[in-house]
Amino acid sequence: MNLRIQTYLQSNVKAAPLAVFRVFFGILMLVSIARFWYHGWIESLYLEPAFHFSYYGFEWVKPLGDWTYLLFVLCALSALMVAIGYKYRWAIVVFFLSFTYIELMDKTTYLNHYYFISVLSFLLIFLPANVYFSVDALRARKKGDHVYFGSQVPRWTVDSIKLLLAIVYLYAGLAKLNSDWLVDAMPLSIWLPSKFDIPLLGGLMGERWVHYAFSYFGAGYDLMIPFLLYFKRTRWVAFGLVVVFHVLTRVLFPIGMFPYIMIVATLIFFEPEFHEKVCRVLGRMVRYPQRLLQASLQQKKQRTTSGFKWSLVVVAFLLAVQLLLPWRYLLYPGELFWTEEGYRFSWRVMLMEKTGYAQFKIVDGTTGKWFYVDNRDFLTPFQEKQMSFQPDFILEYAHYLRNHFEKQGHKQVEVYADVKVALNGRLSTTFVDPTVDLASEKESFTPKHWITPFNDEIKGL
Amino acid sequence: MKKLIVLFVGVLLVAVGCSSDDNGNNDPQDISFDRAPLLINWADNTIIPGYIDFSGEVSDLKNAVGAFNGAPSVSNLNGLRSEWLEAYTTWQRISMFENGPAESAGLRFNVNIYPTNATLIEENIANGTYDLGLSSNRAAKGFPALDYLLYGLAASDEDIVAKYEGSEGEAYRNYLRDITDDMKALADQVRDEWQSGFRNTFVNNDGSSSTAAVDRLVNDYIFYYEKHLRAGKMGIPLGVFSGTILPENLEAFYNGEISKQLFIEGLNAVQDFFNGRSYANGTEGASLKSYLNALNTVKDGTNLATLINDQFNTARSRVQALQSFQQELENNPPTAMLQAYDEVQKVVPLFKVDMVSAMSISIDFVDADGD
Repeated sequence: MNLRIQTYLQSNVKAAPLAVFRVFFGILMLVSIARFWYHGWIESLYLEPAFHFSYYGFEWVKPLGDWTYLLFVLCALSALMVAIGYKYRWAIVVFFLSFTYIELMDKTTYLNHYYFISVLSFLLIFLPANVYFSVDALRARKKGDHVYFGSQVPRWTVDSIKLLLAIVYLYAGLAKLNSDWLVDAMPLSIWLPSKFDIPLLGGLMGERWVHYAFSYFGAGYDLMIPFLLYFKRTRWVAFGLVVVFHVLTRVLFPIGMFPYIMIVATLIFFEPEFHEKVCRVLGRMVRYPQRLLQASLQQKKQRTTSGFKWSLVVVAFLLAVQLLLPWRYLLYPGELFWTEEGYRFSWRVMLMEKTGYAQFKIVDGTTGKWFYVDNRDFLTPFQEKQMSFQPDFILEYAHYLRNHFEKQGHKQVEVYADVKVALNGRLSTTFVDPTVDLASEKESFTPKHWITPFNDEIKGL
Repeated sequence: MKKLIVLFVGVLLVAVGCSSDDNGNNDPQDISFDRAPLLINWADNTIIPGYIDFSGEVSDLKNAVGAFNGAPSVSNLNGLRSEWLEAYTTWQRISMFENGPAESAGLRFNVNIYPTNATLIEENIANGTYDLGLSSNRAAKGFPALDYLLYGLAASDEDIVAKYEGSEGEAYRNYLRDITDDMKALADQVRDEWQSGFRNTFVNNDGSSSTAAVDRLVNDYIFYYEKHLRAGKMGIPLGVFSGTILPENLEAFYNGEISKQLFIEGLNAVQDFFNGRSYANGTEGASLKSYLNALNTVKDGTNLATLINDQFNTARSRVQALQSFQQELENNPPTAMLQAYDEVQKVVPLFKVDMVSAMSISIDFVDADGD
């Protein structure tokens, strides 16, 4: 067994899949940043709000005023450098840091696919994605300093991307194995009928059986697609499904660039010959020397896995974390969908129609005088929406209100929240114990006792 | 397996169809709820008749101002006051439709900003020149300014009439005329725009995007309920947002008696809109209620539309049981009115959480990605 692992780790594959992945990843990231800027989201999401919701432990990560634009420029530039493979290692490190910083600035904007980009770009730091079809390779070749550049990379480097993708899909599929999704076809039963005006399918969107068909198709797709992509026999069919699935989600839901990123990412499963073809075609367009794209391009010295030893350790650790992290919810009591303790960073995508309404009552502890807060005075509509049903947001906002009103001269401020939340078509119920003074509750990873228990049961994972 | 293939092929075809930029309107047939009749009912049976009625009421008001200005007397003052009250009451029926023409005209900002600014009104009258189109003058015109001019100028009716007859009488009479003309112009403008083209724009915008007519109007409607009915007419005077009772922030503060009546009218209008009751004869048509029923939102064995109507009714009966708002606010704390406010408040989560999530309408839509 040990020997098999040794052999596996020592074996090489062609570098073309990694190179194609790098090129498309860089381009899509560049487009994403440009799109983000174009829509004015830098202003509306990061510059205009007076207050930002932080991730626990990352309270120091804040928008940088006008420098925030520079951050996006840096992120876009590094994405471009990744695409062309120029000073790749630096570029991908800068990309990972700038992109992740942007995501950490305000958790209101948390999306699984942003997290996916962060994880993926972290992984790419440790992969030799620039040894083939890159400016780095070209320059090294010209200088005759091409020791490590060529057409081969360790097999595990390509496989690590495949494994990460498989984890994303598989866990997204496992998360759908619950009674809301499978028995009640929730939340698709709520979302689909409102899509009555999409072309062709619109008329079907109100049909009950369509909600079930979509639910089961979605769960089945997520669970099976990694395997269908893995086996050569089913690969093209699988890719067809990938395209159909993601285009369909794009038509039905506002999910931005994510479908395109996933469609392109799954190309990594294809044979190296396919990627070499892609490189040759792209190479002709940019006049990249075709001889450097030959499959048999020799490397003066094959970098052995020992040269990648630390990279291998980091990547193995990263993947292990990815495998374990989504299960952390098991450590918390209560219904995951309700408390959301352990919900994020777990590939739980499009699982809930959850809406809330939160009214905060400020009490001056010395005089007993009280009043309600108009959330619009402090939060953007988007922030208010996200805050209204997520306990960690509610607590952070309550602390912000306490500090704000104490600064205004109120003494011993107590903050009480009247929160109503509806989940997957259930009637809204009280979400937070209205008698608990949130100002004196601390944020931590321990269970939040002040969340009112869920008054229903969702069976399943 | 065969079925699976059929399904996959079907989905494939559909996706190909959808990915092209085909925005043409095809007729969806098996749809659970068609939004077009909803929009038609709103436009033709509620909104447009409401604006027509309002414009007529403002005309009557204008005529009463003319009669009063021609011969200031206590009797003409009372005639003018009752026209003011009628127009003000009608206003409560249409204030929630701050959408389209009303939104671009800023109708609500121009006819019902309160508390009114008495100092500014007196300044304008003393100066004799003022541009009522300026946003800085919004707190010096509309119904609240009339409230001041008809009730707040002096302690007795005779003294009020005397103001319009004295040395500055003409300036007062002119101001009365000008702000009424301003209201008339705005009311007619909004009515005309609805009748001349916006009606069709509105009715044809029957899609499901965040800019579709249903989504927009529902947002405006909920915003009205939360901000103008709940907070403006009750919450702010009660001091629930400031910790201090603010009676001068009551609607029709100088009149002093009708704040509650105007609130109830507003609440009735909101409930009638929810139920799709026709403005003219009260018959119910396509509405948020029928929409919810079509979506079959039965929760805990209770129909959501019924829950909302029940809460409206509870809120109304609690408010009706109160004395006038002015009297209630003399209590400190005004416990009974606070309790009634709580019942009014309870409609908000039913709207903002249960109703919109059932309809998949986003509140204060933000243009950002989801996942």
